[in-house]
Amino acid sequence: MNQVIILDPQRRQQAMRSSTWRRQKNRIFVWFCVATAFVSVLVLFVLLGAIVQQGMAKLNLDFLTSPPRPEPDQAGISPALWGTVVVCLVCALATLPIGVATAIFLQEYQPKNRYVRMFHHFVQLNISNLAGVPSVVYGIIGLTAFVGMFGLLGNPMHPAWEIGVRYYDQYLAESTAEDVVLLVPVESSDSPMTKLEDGMTVQTSRGETVELNVIPPRGSLPSDPEVRKRTLRADAEGGRISRKSWYYLRMPFGRSALAAGLTLMLVVLPVLIISSQEALMAVPDSLRDGALGLGATRWQTIRRVTLPAAIPGIMTGSIIAMSRAIGEAAPILMIAGIVYISSAPGNLMDDFTVMPLQIYNWAGRPQVEFHEVAAAGIIVLLAVLLLFNGVAVFLRYKLEKPLS
Amino acid sequence: MARSAQEILHGINQRELTAARNWQRAKEAGIFSGLAASATFSVLITATIIIVLFTESIRFFERPEVSLADFFFGTKWSPLLGSEKHFGIWALISGTMQITFVAMVFALPLGLVTAIYLSEYAPRRLRTILKPALEILAGIPTVVYGFFALTFITPHILQQIPLEWLGLEKGFESYNAASAGIAVGILCLPIVTSLTEDALQAVPQSLRDGAFGLGGTKFDVSTKIVVPAALSGIISAFLLAIARAVGETMIVALAAGSLPRFGFDIRSETQPMTGFMVQMALGDVSNFGTEYYSMYAVALVLFLMTMALTIIGQFIRKRYREVYR
Repeated sequence: MNQVIILDPQRRQQAMRSSTWRRQKNRIFVWFCVATAFVSVLVLFVLLGAIVQQGMAKLNLDFLTSPPRPEPDQAGISPALWGTVVVCLVCALATLPIGVATAIFLQEYQPKNRYVRMFHHFVQLNISNLAGVPSVVYGIIGLTAFVGMFGLLGNPMHPAWEIGVRYYDQYLAESTAEDVVLLVPVESSDSPMTKLEDGMTVQTSRGETVELNVIPPRGSLPSDPEVRKRTLRADAEGGRISRKSWYYLRMPFGRSALAAGLTLMLVVLPVLIISSQEALMAVPDSLRDGALGLGATRWQTIRRVTLPAAIPGIMTGSIIAMSRAIGEAAPILMIAGIVYISSAPGNLMDDFTVMPLQIYNWAGRPQVEFHEVAAAGIIVLLAVLLLFNGVAVFLRYKLEKPLS
Repeated sequence: MARSAQEILHGINQRELTAARNWQRAKEAGIFSGLAASATFSVLITATIIIVLFTESIRFFERPEVSLADFFFGTKWSPLLGSEKHFGIWALISGTMQITFVAMVFALPLGLVTAIYLSEYAPRRLRTILKPALEILAGIPTVVYGFFALTFITPHILQQIPLEWLGLEKGFESYNAASAGIAVGILCLPIVTSLTEDALQAVPQSLRDGAFGLGGTKFDVSTKIVVPAALSGIISAFLLAIARAVGETMIVALAAGSLPRFGFDIRSETQPMTGFMVQMALGDVSNFGTEYYSMYAVALVLFLMTMALTIIGQFIRKRYREVYR
């Protein structure tokens, strides 16, 4: 390497030592780098290994299909799985239109007007900022904006508006043979208790419509058991219940799956906008110029040329954003709290839980068996994420067309 | 109405043509407004965050038990003690700082060296192992890290360290800041690595070639030329990683504990700002007491901290990009 000829032997030795020492330092550094870099791989293996080892025992079909129970042996993750599906579906439906539209606005409509340009810069800065906000802050905002709706529309107990629900007063019929529950329809949740009158049409819990037979408070029961099944005393006390159909909606949203999906939208939106912008940026200008040269308007270019070319990138980006949403527990924690959920959400306003939250719930318990159940839940969650990301990689490979 | 020969020949109606063009223009304008409205939505989100946090925090400061001086200069945070309520934010900030400090001690050196290796040295085969491993680490949900910290790092690593050799009597508690810090560090490692690698890759090859030509080894080139050249990008990466660590919730909620404490002992239980917010959300929120509003004040401080870090990080990154273009 050093071809310079140094005649003085002492200086020559020094020079050669210096070069050898530097080369050795280089070699040591390479090994040091390799070791450090592989710490990451090591950490990954230790992490996955510890969790798999802890959770494998509890992972079986029962776990996937049954609800959580107080006993760790019988705990299941099914409602959390369905809750994740519902919440992430809501999130995706809310995020994709807004996110892609914003990305198109920022990328394709380059402003010539000075004020629109300032608006552009402002929006761009804003989105970079939002991407860095911690997800708990989004959770608190979701709590105020979606759950309570700033307190403007009443509280979830007495919603300002609802649709798809029927209220009943529930009574136990005077039948000695079996338990029959009679439901008296009422107008709304605030109506006073209905006065029981003879001959009213009521429903049984099985859905049949029968005529009510009212007897005085201390009267004798009718002899016919069929009549007794629809008999109530005049002073019977009932409870108010509600029957919600699958399309039940109420304002304010309350602690519902809908509110959680919208809060997740807040978390995921900046990520989606940034990745969609990059997908649109990757479309070469020649395509756009060609379309514009043929006389297309700006929107026509976008709709027919740019957007189809950018769809693979946008799709990949949105799948990655969704997989981030699946794993988010903090905002859902703020919205839902810790509630004992034993079934999948029946409508958008229902109580719910998601997988990361269920895992947090289990992991926070002191008993060791619940830790194993939590580990099994983590394996399910990681499997779902792997599936998602695998689909993303597959789609990226399949739809990769050379664009120029 | 006069018709040109062309129109008669082609059967084109001038009025229809203008009408079609006007309809097209109206459609374009409508679509533009729709897209601009979507863009405004994101601005609306930021506005909502700022307004909600500020108004609720003001409501918190108006409470009789709370004084501004106590909040900004106090070091004791005990909102749930009946008579002796203290709202000194520094207890919570100290918790956040302890965890972030441990995380950065773990992630920054490791991430920097890994990035140098990936950028300057790594042969293709090793890259195909390392990069996916880092991507996987980045994609794992934070609950998993929290669980790992609670059930593996604390019992099997930290509590096995024989601290008596160092002359310390107290061992690691079952909830401590160190294990949460290490887990947060593992979480931030991919961020540091990828952003630092971007910064190193952006250094022009001509600088490296010049150094090699002068007889430098790869080590010389990497440490004396490339890293100083990419320094602003590296600093920006560090700041963004710190912002991520400060905002981390689930790991600290599981592993760090729920006892706010002002101090520097990472072996003991502590509660950072995010952990406190989770604790409040899980409690009796329908009771709109002072504790509930304190959650908003803490959220405001957290938001301002991460916003400052993100803005400064982005600003530094933009500046370094311009220097080499």
